[in-house]
Amino acid sequence: MSTDTGTNSSPPAGSGGLVMGKDGMSALVDVLIARGFTVVGPTVRDGAIVLAELRSADELPYGWGVELEAGHYRLRERPDGAAFANAAGPQSWKRFLHPPRVRQWSADRVEGELVLTAGEAPPPRYAFLGVRPCDLRAIAVQDRVLTGGAYRDGGYAERRSGALLIVVECTEPGATCFCVSMGTGPAAGPGYDLAMTEVADEAGHRFWVRGGSPEGAEILAELPARPADPGTRETARAGVTAAADRMGRTMPEADLRELMAGTLDAPRWDDVAGRCLTCGNCTMVCPTCFCTTTEDTTDLTGDHAERWRLWDSCFDLDFSLLHGGPVRATTRSRYRQWMTHKLGTWYDQFGSSGCVGCGRCIVWCPVGIDITEEAAALDDWTRSGKPAPAPREGSGPP
Amino acid sequence: MTTVPPPLPYRVAGTWAETADTRSVELVPAGRELAPFAPGQFAMVYAFGVGEVPVSASALRGRHGGLVHTVRAVGAVSTALYRLGVGDTVGLSGPYGVGWDLAAAAGHDVLVIAGGIGLAPLRPVVHAVLDRPGAYGRLAVLVGARTPADLVYRDEIDGWRGPARVEVTVDRPGPGWRGAVGVVTSLLDRLSLRPERTCALLCGPEVMMRHTTRDLLGRGLPPQRVQVSLERNMRCATGHCGHCQLGPLLLCRDGPVVAYDRVAPLLQVREL
Repeated sequence: MSTDTGTNSSPPAGSGGLVMGKDGMSALVDVLIARGFTVVGPTVRDGAIVLAELRSADELPYGWGVELEAGHYRLRERPDGAAFANAAGPQSWKRFLHPPRVRQWSADRVEGELVLTAGEAPPPRYAFLGVRPCDLRAIAVQDRVLTGGAYRDGGYAERRSGALLIVVECTEPGATCFCVSMGTGPAAGPGYDLAMTEVADEAGHRFWVRGGSPEGAEILAELPARPADPGTRETARAGVTAAADRMGRTMPEADLRELMAGTLDAPRWDDVAGRCLTCGNCTMVCPTCFCTTTEDTTDLTGDHAERWRLWDSCFDLDFSLLHGGPVRATTRSRYRQWMTHKLGTWYDQFGSSGCVGCGRCIVWCPVGIDITEEAAALDDWTRSGKPAPAPREGSGPP
Repeated sequence: MTTVPPPLPYRVAGTWAETADTRSVELVPAGRELAPFAPGQFAMVYAFGVGEVPVSASALRGRHGGLVHTVRAVGAVSTALYRLGVGDTVGLSGPYGVGWDLAAAAGHDVLVIAGGIGLAPLRPVVHAVLDRPGAYGRLAVLVGARTPADLVYRDEIDGWRGPARVEVTVDRPGPGWRGAVGVVTSLLDRLSLRPERTCALLCGPEVMMRHTTRDLLGRGLPPQRVQVSLERNMRCATGHCGHCQLGPLLLCRDGPVVAYDRVAPLLQVREL
């Protein structure tokens, strides 16, 4: 299915872009640092490809791929030396744009008066190197949630407006990827400053680069790059096209919003509740999950207090707590909240799907719950006329 | 579009007991003032160092010209607010959310039905209707409470009798209680309801609102002329924290007051 926040676009016709080698990538990081950016990109740490501040392009995960499955993530060496032939790692850019802990404001008692002060230091100017198309869409989704309504999250808006987005298109989807189903990849959609496609073959390791904004074009002009040759362009495009056919997962061909709204009483929720540990990993790794809670602290003098905002998860029992107890007390209701929000009610609230098909929730679920499999089960149930649940066989989940 | 600012300091101009665990607090700006509140809208009230909770305005203009909030001491923040004294300062932000649709009620009989402290967000409705008697039809106020001691605004309610039809019931009567006993829906029998020209505004426990609405619909009131004020956990009030979801709704943004026809199917789903 497609979503309405944008469509995939090929680079504009006529702009052939430039091509550069690994030296160009090194120069890019140097240029960004020289321009005052805090460069964040993928790097290998603790057995995973994480997002961290980069001092040099040497820190990119050259020669590393990943093996993904439900509840499974392993690094694998790649003989071709590619840096971006790996699908989503455990982190997403929300860690930087919508950080896990933010001080919102502080309060001081000054001679009996309460003084409230807005709380954050000015953020660094980020350059995100290696944004995958699915994550580019995820950023657009969070833009809508945090800045598109009646109220704007000022801290997010400031971090976001300063951020430079360098997209790298996907040529190596993982077994848990389904961006094609969600209409978000593997080609870069709109909204980037620079877009690249990595090619590593007998003709050499190179990057086909296109500017997407005046600032992107300005930076591109500073790099040791030459006009892209047709061979590189064709190989790059073919790599992205082939990736679209190699998605490890697909969503059912149903209107997911209607499917979610029509299956709130499906027996499948009991089935998934038998497996879900309500650990909240899926919400932490999801690039669009935005929920937060607050924490109020005071210092030892008792005259200085701070309001902090922290990532929260709808899988937490406290999340829906009212004075009488939690609204969503059961695992069934909490998993259903997460999935129906992501695929369904997100449209009502923010005008798009909340899922971009990155597959992180599948990979990082400790018991391997697969959102595409759950959606397919709900779809099957709907298509088969919504039968009542059969009596359970045995005692445990499969 | 507004960037979310820190709360503004407001000073306690008056505070008084409503019941054993509930107090009202009148707040006046210590400096800059918030935009005016409409009946049914709420504020986030910050108790220094303890936290912030959503509280509906229970009067838009108190004795000192300030905003009145009624809080029941149930958690850490509400207990801190309950304990406020005159001269203390809190942080206040708002007005938030969608209040009662009084424009839709204009020209109609107004039926206010409250359970317990649910009368708090409805009190500004009663004030608004009493202030402009020509703009509305008949006003009836039905109030239910657990016990006579749990009745809020008891003296003020008595003062509404005359211009309004007022009926009060309790679940468990105490010594000296001579009024009605039973659920608030039982009071409907006492009214000569004109369903074709009545607008009903409800606030109370969800189960009470479900039963009351069922009764009202049974008596011929169309669901779009029943408004309910709903409650969910709220952390931000600006649509960013995700806590107050009720299916497709973010209640801080799309509520807390919603027309019943919009939420009826949602309230039928357990633990939504």
